[in-house]
Amino acid sequence: MEAIKAIPVRHPWRWVVAAFIVVFSAGAIYTVATAPNLRWPVVQHYLLQDRILLGLVGTLELTVLAMAIGIVLGILLAVMRLSPNPVMSTVSWFYIWFFRGTPVLVQLFFWWNLGLILPTIGLGIPFTDVGWHARTSDLITPLLASLLGLGLNEGAYMAEIVRAGIISVEHGQTEAAMALGMRRAQVLQRIILPQAMRVIIPPTGNETISMLKTSSLAFIAQYGEMFRVSTEIAAFNFRIVELLLVISFWYLICTSILTVGQYYIERYFARGSQRELPLTPIQRFRRMLFTFHAPPPTQLQAPPAIPSEHR
Amino acid sequence: MSGRPMVKAEAVHKSFGRLEVLKGIDLEVQPKEVMCVIGPSGSGKSTFLRCINHLEKIDAGRLSVDGELVGYRQVGDRLHELPDREVCKKRSEIGMVFQHFNLFPHMTALENLIEAPIRVKGENRATVLGRARSLLARVGLKEKEGAYPRQLSGGQQQRVAIARALAMDPKLMLFDEPTSALDPELVGEVLDVMRGLAHDLGMTMIVVTHEMGFAREVGDSLVFMDGGVIVEQGKPREVLSNPRQERTRSFLSKVL
Repeated sequence: MEAIKAIPVRHPWRWVVAAFIVVFSAGAIYTVATAPNLRWPVVQHYLLQDRILLGLVGTLELTVLAMAIGIVLGILLAVMRLSPNPVMSTVSWFYIWFFRGTPVLVQLFFWWNLGLILPTIGLGIPFTDVGWHARTSDLITPLLASLLGLGLNEGAYMAEIVRAGIISVEHGQTEAAMALGMRRAQVLQRIILPQAMRVIIPPTGNETISMLKTSSLAFIAQYGEMFRVSTEIAAFNFRIVELLLVISFWYLICTSILTVGQYYIERYFARGSQRELPLTPIQRFRRMLFTFHAPPPTQLQAPPAIPSEHR
Repeated sequence: MSGRPMVKAEAVHKSFGRLEVLKGIDLEVQPKEVMCVIGPSGSGKSTFLRCINHLEKIDAGRLSVDGELVGYRQVGDRLHELPDREVCKKRSEIGMVFQHFNLFPHMTALENLIEAPIRVKGENRATVLGRARSLLARVGLKEKEGAYPRQLSGGQQQRVAIARALAMDPKLMLFDEPTSALDPELVGEVLDVMRGLAHDLGMTMIVVTHEMGFAREVGDSLVFMDGGVIVEQGKPREVLSNPRQERTRSFLSKVL
């Protein structure tokens, strides 16, 4: 069979628009880069400075811990929401309603200022003196206030993500498991959640990326994450924009790493749902280099997921 | 044998909202009996099957399995609803096979079989593994123990599903249109396995089916349901060749 050799349709406007964008972006970058009052040496100095790096560690710590709280809470709330027990599902509904309905910045500030309305908090038997008490200002550290603010809020969002995942599993699975005599908790843990993961993982990656940046709001609870550190430094040397460039660099680095991670995790969990996975960017780039003028190939070898004799 | 029926239904009623699906079902299934249930779609045959293992709650009447009420306990002349734990225990004694197999797709065939015996009955893993392998051999899938459901044909999946139910050592097996979702050429292999259960194991079975040949050959009794009631029942050969009721006759003339 002879391959068709035809002259492809030309797209001159693509070139025009591309050229315009290149020129315009170059101009914008040049303008910022050569801004008369922007001191690049300052940016360079703070990029790897100890306090900034410690702030970065604080940001990462907060992201990981707040997401962990959010995920555990989210699973719990989603299960409660879908529970046949009306008390459970109502509690969960109100939780989600409240924590999704108020700004996370407000919640953070509230936890940090809890001491204003409750000078002491403790655990004990109501209306008696039995129990344990502590001063709120000693108890609510910047880290704890930040984790409460970010984690409890994230729990509400994760609950909806987990719930979507659970609902996406076909009802026949629950029935089959119940017919075998499995208890509700067993059905959930062994049968439903493992299958719900395919739906839960991608938006959870998205939430993690979002949390990385939202964690900067913890500056309001005096927590030493990267944004707060940068404003503290800027308060002394007034190089506000330089420091914003520094932390933007680090935020971009971290989100880029997470984006790549998320892409591959999604791909992993998409196995079996698609016959043939789309190419990764690296595979596409290679293909582009080696098959220069040919149209992008649509047919590739199938991934070795399912041996053909089983079909 | 005590002569106690394995399943006994007396005036069983079930409604979904305003729709009355079962309008008084009376029947008995004896131990080792294979009862086939036929009827047009919407006649309530699947719902009745699901009532037997309490996947659906009945609204009125009495339903008992092996002499014990389904879902309730009688104290004096009052009924007490059974707690979840006991409902689950009773379900574990009844095997069920579904039209759409409902195998667990994230587990291999062997893992599908051993899950419930280990988790529900708390059996020793090694014992269960041995039994599961011999059950897979019984349904002719010895070499497929490591395969995931998506890698199996429909007929193979349904045979795994039957083995999964058998792995719990049930005293009763319920089949809800086990071959209706299969390509015609795969129906035979599943029916063969079911025939084997009846003949070799003497399993008590209730089979909702459209396979008249199977009903005639393997069934000890045949029930024809329509509109939520049992229209006619008797020996399969008699019902199929000489239906006494007009409704049975018209149904059979459409499917045979």
